[in-house]
Amino acid sequence: MNWKAYRPVAILAVVLTIIQLLTLATDTAYYLTQMTMAAYYVIVAVGLCMVMGYAGQISLGQAGFFAIGGYTTAVLTTSNLTEKLETPFFGFLDRIGLLIAEENLYGETVTYITPWIALTAALVLAASVAWAIGVPVLRLKGHYLAMATMGFGIIIYRIVLGTRLFGEADGISNVPAFPLLPGVPVSSDFSVRVVNYYIAWLFVIAAMILLMNLVNSRVGRALRSLHGGEDAADAMGVDTSRYKVVVFVIGAVFAAAAGVFMTHYNGGIGPSEAGVAKSVRYVAIVAVGGMANLWGALVMGLVLNFLSLRGLFGHFDDAVFGVVLVIIMMFFPDGLFRAAVLDRLRSRLKELTAAVSGWLKRGGKGAES
Amino acid sequence: MSDTAKAAPILTVESLDKSFGGLHAVNEVSFDVPEGAIKAVIGPNGAGKTTLFNMIAGSLTCDGGNVNFRGTRLTGLKPFQVASLGVYRTFQNLKLCSHLSVLDNALLGRHVAGTTGFLGGMFSTRKSRREELEAREAVLEILEWLELTDVLDQEVGNLSFGRQRAVELARLLAADPAMLLLDEPAAGLNMHETDDLARRITEIRDQGRTILLVEHDMSLVMDISDEIVVLNFGEKIAEGVPSDVQSNPDVIQIYLGGDE
Repeated sequence: MNWKAYRPVAILAVVLTIIQLLTLATDTAYYLTQMTMAAYYVIVAVGLCMVMGYAGQISLGQAGFFAIGGYTTAVLTTSNLTEKLETPFFGFLDRIGLLIAEENLYGETVTYITPWIALTAALVLAASVAWAIGVPVLRLKGHYLAMATMGFGIIIYRIVLGTRLFGEADGISNVPAFPLLPGVPVSSDFSVRVVNYYIAWLFVIAAMILLMNLVNSRVGRALRSLHGGEDAADAMGVDTSRYKVVVFVIGAVFAAAAGVFMTHYNGGIGPSEAGVAKSVRYVAIVAVGGMANLWGALVMGLVLNFLSLRGLFGHFDDAVFGVVLVIIMMFFPDGLFRAAVLDRLRSRLKELTAAVSGWLKRGGKGAES
Repeated sequence: MSDTAKAAPILTVESLDKSFGGLHAVNEVSFDVPEGAIKAVIGPNGAGKTTLFNMIAGSLTCDGGNVNFRGTRLTGLKPFQVASLGVYRTFQNLKLCSHLSVLDNALLGRHVAGTTGFLGGMFSTRKSRREELEAREAVLEILEWLELTDVLDQEVGNLSFGRQRAVELARLLAADPAMLLLDEPAAGLNMHETDDLARRITEIRDQGRTILLVEHDMSLVMDISDEIVVLNFGEKIAEGVPSDVQSNPDVIQIYLGGDE
């Protein structure tokens, strides 16, 4: 194995550890909550990066898949099965240990299906939906594809907003913790805040490793060739329609998995997570990160989501992402992390340091003329 | 093959037909391509050469007729299916992945030979890594033959046109094709590059591969072809060895023009 390729992953792990230690030292552990949530959004972004950046298939429906994941687990783990334990089906689930019984605030016993089942169901559902809409929709190209996927996103949004089962405008709350490992739940409980920060970022690292491997494999090459070279790929024996659908499904599964864990982490989910504005956000992040650049998507996903979750953009939250998308498309269509942009930045920085050092040499007085 | 005589045909084209609206682009064209031969399709602009090519490669559906490759019907197959049978094509105006490196473009040619799927790729299985190394080895040899090793990691879009053509040929050869369909391989090349190309095409034939090419450069076609088919206004007007075709009065008529 080429371990060198994984060096950025190691650097990321070190940086994340330093951040955690810094919050510990400065008593600002509350930042970790937003860092954790940003991690889940990053998973959606890197999944979309594969679909849009590498394979060149734009999707404005990623929030829909995130919502499919989040709402599936929310519905399944918040329905109380205590009275249904007599039925053979749920009785059987109980006996093989797939149900969890707890006492709620009022002393009643609440029985619900284990989130592991909910996770599986969510991923299977997201994959099936992605497959079903991907087959017809991915025949479209460019802005037609963008519009079709956006239509899908709007449909999901209207469904969750208009259905009693999904809590309409209120969403679903009281989603229980996800028992990831014994004693290590995914939940927003303060006692597990630090461990949840590491869990979320371990998911990100796992996602990055899988996607980096994929990019550098035979399949990844075929996917990259789709972007601007579809006829060539076709002529070389790549089943282009199948590859497009599968990468779309992978992006959907990543988004749904992020939705599941985010919902358990937050203890609920609301319709805003399914909104088109959220989908635009993911596209903006991938674009700023440089399209075919997993690390760019990761860094920008972290930075922009963290700032947004800290409330820095205030009422203009969605507008900020829209403006970012427009500026990137106009001035940096290859993203911020391209050599040309970095070179320009470096030379500006050099000019600046030269100017500053000159100013300092003159003892802080104005220009010499 | 020097004696074009009668090697068994590897590809047979039977009354292939295509119309675009009122235009009969290809009219009941039939011919065979003997295994291990270089066969050229020539004709003036608009004769239907590229249309014919696209129908063989599966990127255009035909209105009637049949294409058979080693007994398998190609008609109705999609381009990627035609390719997976061992028939690979180039394009008149180059279809490369210009944002990918020379090496990656060539490696795309190994796609059909590989078996790694999405899961194998994601988990970087031992098999997928071995396959990748083998592919790299095979491709490097071809890139060396085409004198492209000095630009392995460069984006193809930054290369000269002549070298881009060479990359396209490298990608084709990486696929280890039984048959190559070359659509105007000399278009845009200078004389020196065209000479290189002629030498390479005959070498590829001598490796036992069959070549069908569409070409405008008459001297190239006459030099290297074992057999020639001449099209005019979608119809086959002549077929045979270069010397016969050259002396065919109908062919002279369409190429040199004649008094009415």
